[in-house]
Amino acid sequence: MVFVSILSLFALGLVASIILAVASHVFYVKEDPRVEAVMEALPGANCGGCGFAGCEGYANAVVNDPAIPANKCCAGGADVSIAVGELTGKTVAEAEPLYALRRCAKRDGNVALRYNYQGMPSCAAAALLRGGTEVCAHSCLGFGDCVQVCPFGAMEIHDGMVHVNRNKCTGCGTCVSACPRGILELTPQRARVAVYCNTRDKLRAVSDVCGVGCIKCTKCVKTCPAKAISLKDNRITIDPGLCLSFGPSCEEACAKGCPRGILRYANVRPTAPADATVTTAEQQPQTQA
Amino acid sequence: MDIFGIFVSAIFVNNIVLAQYLGNCPYLGCSKEKGVALGMGGAVIFVTLLATLFTWLMQKFVLDPYGLGYLQTIIFIVVIAALVQFVEMFLKKAVPPLYAALGIFLPLITTNCAVMGVAILVQREGYDLLEGLVWGLAYGLGFTLALLLMAGIRERLDTCRLPKVMAGTPIALIMAGLMSLAFMGFKGMG
Repeated sequence: MVFVSILSLFALGLVASIILAVASHVFYVKEDPRVEAVMEALPGANCGGCGFAGCEGYANAVVNDPAIPANKCCAGGADVSIAVGELTGKTVAEAEPLYALRRCAKRDGNVALRYNYQGMPSCAAAALLRGGTEVCAHSCLGFGDCVQVCPFGAMEIHDGMVHVNRNKCTGCGTCVSACPRGILELTPQRARVAVYCNTRDKLRAVSDVCGVGCIKCTKCVKTCPAKAISLKDNRITIDPGLCLSFGPSCEEACAKGCPRGILRYANVRPTAPADATVTTAEQQPQTQA
Repeated sequence: MDIFGIFVSAIFVNNIVLAQYLGNCPYLGCSKEKGVALGMGGAVIFVTLLATLFTWLMQKFVLDPYGLGYLQTIIFIVVIAALVQFVEMFLKKAVPPLYAALGIFLPLITTNCAVMGVAILVQREGYDLLEGLVWGLAYGLGFTLALLLMAGIRERLDTCRLPKVMAGTPIALIMAGLMSLAFMGFKGMG
C-alpha cells in the first residue's frame, strides 16, 4: 500500500516534470535581454516618476517602443539616461531636472490656526475636518503625508511646514499626488522665479487670512515680457519653458513688481552642501519676518 | 439533475465563495478594482474548466481502475499545478494577448483551493464529464460574480469616510459576511 502510493506519486511527478521540461523548450519565448539590462541600469525605486508602472514597465516600454525617450527616469538623472540610451540605441536629450516646489509661505504670512487639531497626524485627515487646521484653506498642513511617501528622503517637516531638499529631490512627483491640497508642484531646478502660494481665493479672502498670499492682482501676468505667467485654475502659473527661453534680460520684473512679495526668486540652488534643507531664496524672507 | 439546474445552482445557490467559503484569498486580495476582479475571474473560469476536465479524466482512467482513490487530493494538486504551469507556457507562446490579460493571475491560482474544490466536488457529486464541465464553468462564473460585486462595493467604499480602524481589510471582511448572508437567501432553491 505504501509502496503503491509512493510509486504512483513518483510516476505522476516524473510524467508531469517531463511534460513541463519538454513544454518549456517547445514553448520557449525569447525575451529581449536588453529589457533586463535596462532594468539593471535603472535605480529600481519603482517611484513611477517616468509615468509607467514601476521600473519594469518603463524598461519594457523603452526597449520595445521607439517613441519612448531614454531620459524618462528622473530619479536616476543623467547617468541613467545615458546608460539607457546606450542600451536602447536612442539619442539622449538630458532630462530637465525637476524638484517639488512647496507653494506655501504661511509662516511669512502669519496664517492663524482655525482650531486646535488633536486628531490623526495626517494631512489627508486634517484637510477633511472643517477645511483644515488653518484659516487658509490652501496652506501646507505640515503633517508630512508627502514626507512619508518620498522614496528619496528629500522632505522634512520644520516648524509645521514641509521643506524640500532640492539636492536630494529627484522630481519623481510621488509627493505631488500625496498632498491633499496640491501644494507641491514639479518645477525645473533651473526655474528663476516661483509663486510660493497655492491659494485659489482672491483679494480680501486672501489678505484677511495671510500676510503674503497671492491676491490675484495679476500684475505679474501683465509685466512678464515673455508672457510666461498666466492665471490658470485661479492660480498664478508660470510656464517654465517660456520663462527660461526668454532669458534673464527681463531682470525678473514679475518678482520685483509683486506687491505681496510672494512671487520670488527661486534659482539660487545651493551647490556645495548636499544636506542643505532649504533653498536660500526661501530662507531670506523668513529671517526678515 | 438537468444541466440548467446545475448551472444556476452552482452560480447562486452554492456560490463557491459566498456559500462554500472557498477561494477567500483571491476574493479579498483581487477585489479592489473591477478590472483586476474581471481578470482574476476570467483566469479562474479558464483554469477551473481545464482542471475539471483533466482531473475528471485522471479520476476515471487512473484513480478508479487502480483503486488509488485515497490519493485523490494529493494527485489533484500535482495535476492542477502542472496543468497551470503548462497552460502558462502555452499561452505565452501561442496566445500572447490572452497571456497579457491572464498571465499575472495564473501563478496565483496554481494551487488555489477554489480550483481544487471544484475538481473534488465534481467527483463527490458523481457528475459525468459534461455535467462536470458545466459545473466547473458555473463555479468559475459564480466566483467572478462574487469578485465583481465585491470590487464594486469596495470601489464605492474608497470614497466613503470610514473610521480608521475599519478602513481596508476589516470593512472588506464585514462586507464579505453581509454578502454571504444575502446569498443564504438562495438556500433551499437547489
